[in-house]
Amino acid sequence: MNSNGTPKQKFIFTDSGRMEKILSQYPDKRSATLPLLHLAQTQEGFITGAIIDAVAQYTEIHPAEVMDCVSFYTMFFRRPLGTNKLQVCQTLSCSLNGADDFVDHITQKYGTKPGETTSDGKFTLLKVECLGSCGTAPVIQINNDYHEGLSINELDKLLDSIP
Amino acid sequence: MSDFEPVLTEHIHQKDCHTLSFYKSVGGYTALEKVLKMNPAEVTQEVKDSNLRGRGGAGFPAGIKWGFIPKDTDKPKYLINNADESEPGTFKDRLLMNKVPHQMLEGMIIAAYAIGCQTSFIYIRGEFYKEFKMLEMAVDEAYESNLLGQNILGSNYNLDVVIHRGAGAYICGEETGLIESLEGKRGWPRIKPPFPAIEGYLQSPTIVNNVETLSCIPHIITRGASWFKSIGPEKGPGPRLFCISGRVNNPGVFEEPMGIALKDLIFERAGGIPDGKKLKAVFPGGSSSAILTAEEALDVNMDFDELVEKKTMLGSAGVIVMDETVDMVQACLNIARFYAHESCGQCTPCREGTGWLVKMLTRLVNGGGTPKDIDMIFEITDNIGGLIDFSKGSFGKTICPFGEAVAWPVRSFVEKFKDEFLAYLPKEKVVA
Ligand SMILES: Cc1cc2nc3c(=O)[nH]c(=O)nc-3n(C[C@H](O)[C@H](O)[C@H](O)COP(=O)(O)O)c2cc1C
Ligand code: SF4
Ligand code: FES
Repeated sequence: MNSNGTPKQKFIFTDSGRMEKILSQYPDKRSATLPLLHLAQTQEGFITGAIIDAVAQYTEIHPAEVMDCVSFYTMFFRRPLGTNKLQVCQTLSCSLNGADDFVDHITQKYGTKPGETTSDGKFTLLKVECLGSCGTAPVIQINNDYHEGLSINELDKLLDSIP
Repeated sequence: MSDFEPVLTEHIHQKDCHTLSFYKSVGGYTALEKVLKMNPAEVTQEVKDSNLRGRGGAGFPAGIKWGFIPKDTDKPKYLINNADESEPGTFKDRLLMNKVPHQMLEGMIIAAYAIGCQTSFIYIRGEFYKEFKMLEMAVDEAYESNLLGQNILGSNYNLDVVIHRGAGAYICGEETGLIESLEGKRGWPRIKPPFPAIEGYLQSPTIVNNVETLSCIPHIITRGASWFKSIGPEKGPGPRLFCISGRVNNPGVFEEPMGIALKDLIFERAGGIPDGKKLKAVFPGGSSSAILTAEEALDVNMDFDELVEKKTMLGSAGVIVMDETVDMVQACLNIARFYAHESCGQCTPCREGTGWLVKMLTRLVNGGGTPKDIDMIFEITDNIGGLIDFSKGSFGKTICPFGEAVAWPVRSFVEKFKDEFLAYLPKEKVVA
C-alpha cells in the first residue's frame, strides 16, 4: 500500500532481456542501479515510486539508497516532463556565443520559463551545464540529440519541425 | 613543430573511420597482437619509458600509475576508461569516441592486459547518447572478431568491456566519485589514500585513465616509447588534443605536439578573434585552471610544467578564449555558478562556499556590492581551496580537488581584473 492507501502498482521492465543483460554485466548487483534507472526512465518517462522499489529489489539495496541516486543525478526526473526536453547549455563557452538568447527566445515563444512545461505538454525547457561540445556553441540537447552552433532562426525552424 | 603529423586524429576525416574494418585497414589492432606476445611488465615499462602523462586533468604519468597495481593480490583488478568529459571547455574525448572508438578500445585492451584486468568499464557521461551507441557498436564488433571476450586472438587472455552511462554529474569525472557512481551510489569522492590503484572499484585495485590517454597507447606500442618522447617536451611529451572555444573564429579540436605556443593555437589554428577584437583572457586548461591575462597568454607554451610555473595548469587542455567584449565579472559568475551547481555537497567549505560566491557575485553584478566583498571573495576562495602557493602543492581543505578547481579560477579573475570588479561597486562606496 502507498501512504495514501491506494494499492501500489508494481513496475515491470518491458524489455526484460535488456534488464537481465544489465544485471549480468557487473560483478555485483548494486552497480546496475544507474543503468536500470536509465532503462526504467526511458520506458516510463520519469522515475516513479514503483520504479524505485523495483530497482531496489533487483539490486538488493534499500529503496532509500536508490532514491539517494535518483536525487543526486540531474538526468533522473521525479516528475513527468513534456514530450521533448529542450536542454540549453548555459556554461561559459555557450554563454559567450549566444546561449542566453536561446533561453529568452524559447521562453518568449512558448511562455515557459526554465524548468517549466508548455501547456500542451510538448516541451519542457531546462537549463543545463556544459554538454561537452563547447567548440560548436551554443549547444542545445533535445531529448538524446545534440544540436550545435544554431542561429536563432535555425533554432526556430528546428523547434517548429518537431511534430 | 610545423612538420608534425596528427597521430590520434590522423584518419578522422575518412569515410567509415569509426568501423573496425577501416581501423584494421590502417594498422589497427596490430599493437594488441604485439602486446599479447609480450609479458605485462614489459608493456607497463614501455608506457613508463614514453613519459605519457594523463590527459584527463591531473597529468599523472600513466605507466607509473599502472605500476602501483599490487602484484601479490587475489583480488580482481579493474580498468575504468574515464569518458565522463564534463570539464567546461573540453570536448576532445567525444571526438575520439565518435570517430575512432577502436583506437581507444585497443588502448583499453592493452592497458587491461598490462595490469591483469579481466573486466573493464567505460564510464561515459549520460548526455553522450550518440557516443554511447557508437561505443556499443564498436564493442560488439570487437567481440565478434575475438578482440574481446575469451581467449583473445588465441592468447589465453580474457577481457570483458562494460559500457556504463553516467546520469548528469560533473563530479563523477573525479576518479573516486566515478568509482562510487559506478558502484550504484551518489558520486561522492572518497578520501585518499587509499588510492584507487590499491582500493578502487568494489575495494579492488583499479586504474582510471582518460579516453585520450588510452588512445595514445597503441601508438606507443607500435612506434616505441622513444618516438613518443621525442614529440614536444620530454617530461610531458606526445601528441595532444587541444580544444579551443569561446571567442575565436574557428573553434574546435586541434591535434598538436605538446608544448605548442598558446598564441599559435589561438591565432593560427583557431583563426584568431572575431571582428578584430583584442584578446583579454584565457583559460588554458578547462574552467578549473586559473585564467591568464592576454599578455601572459601570448607568452606561454602548452606544457604541463611551464603552466604550473605560471600558477595555472594544462588540465584537460580545454582552452576558453575571452576577448575584450567579455565582462569578467559576469564570466566569473558564470563559472562560480557552474561549480555551485556541481559541488557534490560532501564538504562544508565547498558546498557552502560555492553558494556564497554565487550570492556575492550576483549581488555585485546587481549593483549591491560593498568594497568589503572583494576581500570576502578572496577569503571564501581560501577557505574552499587554500591559498594558492603552488610550491606547496595542494592544500587539501576538501575531500577532492574540486575545491581548488573552483578557488583558483575565481581568485584569478578577481586578482587579474580587480578594476572590473571595483567598477561594479555603487559609485559612492568606492574608497580610494
Ligand atoms: C572535479 C574533477 C573533475 C574531473 N573530471 C574529469 C573528466 O571529466 N574526465 C577525465 O578524464 N578526468 C577527469 N578528472 C580527472 C580524474 O580524476 C583522473 O585524474 C583521470 O581520469 C585519470 O586519468 P588520466 O591519468 O588518464 O588523466 C577530474 C578531476 C576532478 C578533480
Ligand atoms: S570538494 Fe566539493 S565536490 Fe569535492 S568532495 Fe568536497 S564537496 Fe564534493
Ligand atoms: S559550455 Fe556549452 S557545451 Fe561546453
